[in-house]
Amino acid sequence: MTDLTVSISSIKMDNPSMLASGILDETGDSLLRMMSVGAGAVVTKSIGMLPHDGHPNPCIVETADGYVNAMGLPNPGMEEFAEELRVIMPTPAPVIASIYASSAADFATIAVSMEEAGAAGIELNLSCPHASGFGMEVGTDPATVGSIVAAVKDAVKVPVMAKLTPNTAELVRIGKAVEEAGGDAVVAINTLKAMVISPEFARPVLSNRYGGLSGSAIKPVGVRAVYDLYRELEIPIVGVGGICGWRDAAEYIMAGATCFQVGSAVGTVGPEVFTRIIEGLEAFMGEYGYPDLDSMRGAAHE
Amino acid sequence: MSDVVRIKRISQESKDTSTLAFDWGAHTVPGQFIMVWIPGIDEIPMSLSSTGSEKTVTVRKVGDATSAIHALQEGDRIGVRGPYGNGFDLNGLRTLVVGGGVGMAPLMPVLRTVYADLVIGARSADEILFEEEARRYCSNVEISTDDGSLGFHGNAVQLAEAMMDKGDYEQVIACGPEVMLHYLFQACERRGLPCQLSLERYMKCAVGICGSCMLGRERVCIDGPVFDSERLRMLPEFGRSRRDPAGRIVDL
Ligand SMILES: Cc1cc2nc3c(=O)[nH]c(=O)nc-3n(C[C@H](O)[C@H](O)[C@H](O)COP(=O)(O)OP(=O)(O)OC[C@H]3O[C@@H](n4cnc5c(N)ncnc54)[C@H](O)[C@@H]3O)c2cc1C
Ligand SMILES: Cc1cc2nc3c(=O)[nH]c(=O)nc-3n(C[C@H](O)[C@H](O)[C@H](O)COP(=O)(O)O)c2cc1C
Ligand code: FES
Repeated sequence: MTDLTVSISSIKMDNPSMLASGILDETGDSLLRMMSVGAGAVVTKSIGMLPHDGHPNPCIVETADGYVNAMGLPNPGMEEFAEELRVIMPTPAPVIASIYASSAADFATIAVSMEEAGAAGIELNLSCPHASGFGMEVGTDPATVGSIVAAVKDAVKVPVMAKLTPNTAELVRIGKAVEEAGGDAVVAINTLKAMVISPEFARPVLSNRYGGLSGSAIKPVGVRAVYDLYRELEIPIVGVGGICGWRDAAEYIMAGATCFQVGSAVGTVGPEVFTRIIEGLEAFMGEYGYPDLDSMRGAAHE
Repeated sequence: MSDVVRIKRISQESKDTSTLAFDWGAHTVPGQFIMVWIPGIDEIPMSLSSTGSEKTVTVRKVGDATSAIHALQEGDRIGVRGPYGNGFDLNGLRTLVVGGGVGMAPLMPVLRTVYADLVIGARSADEILFEEEARRYCSNVEISTDDGSLGFHGNAVQLAEAMMDKGDYEQVIACGPEVMLHYLFQACERRGLPCQLSLERYMKCAVGICGSCMLGRERVCIDGPVFDSERLRMLPEFGRSRRDPAGRIVDL
């Protein structure tokens, strides 16, 4: 029997898959749907203090096996979203609330409201590459990252994970800052800064001009990021970027990931992608003699 | 598939509604929609009102983006991506089609494909769309107007109910304002008549990942926009509330 259970501090999961932030996770019902297709945990849309419409359309472009998106953090705001969570609690799988803010104090305020609404963990979106005033600026400076993690850790009891941007040469230093500030895990990676231009109209397609690339194309970047972080960090790493099948998930685990998240593949493959990845991973682990995830984690480092 | 197409022809359907024709090779089925990009303005969902190799969209002017589409001239270019959504299940059952206002748009490819009776509803006579073309495909076309300026004086649901009670229909296919569809659905449920209704929600990605168009557990952009009775029964929000671009609940 292969054991797929895993935990990050107090967050206990039946399997190591999580729904990535920003993917079918803006409403209570959509979170429940993703649990029903097998996600071991679900991460919510990044929630801010106030309601936010996001960028005007076009905010997404399809690429081969992925997307360039500039949603611009649309969300109903902390208060309405807390209600959304209260209605669905208790849930069959843990809900991790992704949050964003422009100051450490606001991060802490939102984290408290999500914890009160039933979130089993907090994911700090320090890395959204396309919302000016938020994200990129905070997430590329180790001292700022450390102060945000510390403030949120002080404010809540549930585990706190920090999501990192790949759009920096400082990835490992930022990861270290999270660990030193008491963060329970790091999540890597968010999307890669990107642009798509329409030759016919001679202009960028996205209303925000810049967007973030996700999907298969970014998997090797994500795997490398997790591999580098695993060498330097003690805290668990959640791998994300381009996972659409069990092989991709296995790569991340062997690079050092404790859990992994799936985003774009919910669109390119479909919500059932979770069931397929878990079944495939279980079969692979059985055949290759990995009784549990601990025995497989970081295997590519040995 | 994402493309830039040239507008071949524009026809005025009513005072606030026009049809734009363009050549586009994508294979599409009745009931599917596309995202239309007007650079510098917006990108919005539009049903295909023709699904052959020449495609059309039929656009009612209601705000910025639809006004920008109305300002386009023949020869101008627009961005299109898609087709998206499931489309209608054209199953050979004896069908009553009900179209309210610009909801007629996705129904035209249905009427060109299957034999059906039709109710066209609108607020007044000058807003009735596609009557002439529909009469070429359907032997029985009935009109309702809220103000009684043409046909039955009342709403499309009242007229459809009278037809359901006379005819021996096996299903209803419809598109229009959601409140109308909600009453129509209830009328069908009372008679045990299955429905396929095309619904709308605020769309951003149209590819099923952003969650902007959620209706209960369903993504209108990819699990819909056409929902059958079985799924409609599972959607308490249908006819009651929708979500704004930030994801907040808004009463219909
Ligand atoms: C699947 C689908 C098919 C549609 N087919 C047609 C059609 O064939 N003909 C037609 O005239 N209209 C159709 N619509 C409605 C059309 O998309 C809106 O009228 C249009 O987006 C309005 O844009 P605006 O900037 O002119 O108006 P605004 O002033 O911006 O908005 C007017 C109304 O349109 C809605 N709207 C605006 N943007 C969007 C969006 N991105 N997604 C959904 N709703 C939006 C708003 O919520 C508001 O209720 C369809 C909508 C959907 C979801
Ligand atoms: C449409 C879309 C919206 C996203 N929104 C968020 C968000 O709100 N917060 C966040 O931290 N990441 C967001 N992301 C990034 C994903 O969570 C993930 O890190 C990235 O897409 C890489 O994973 P993937 O290749 O599996 O999609 C979004 C991605 C996409 C495609
Ligand atoms: S519009 Fe994004 S999921 Fe439907």
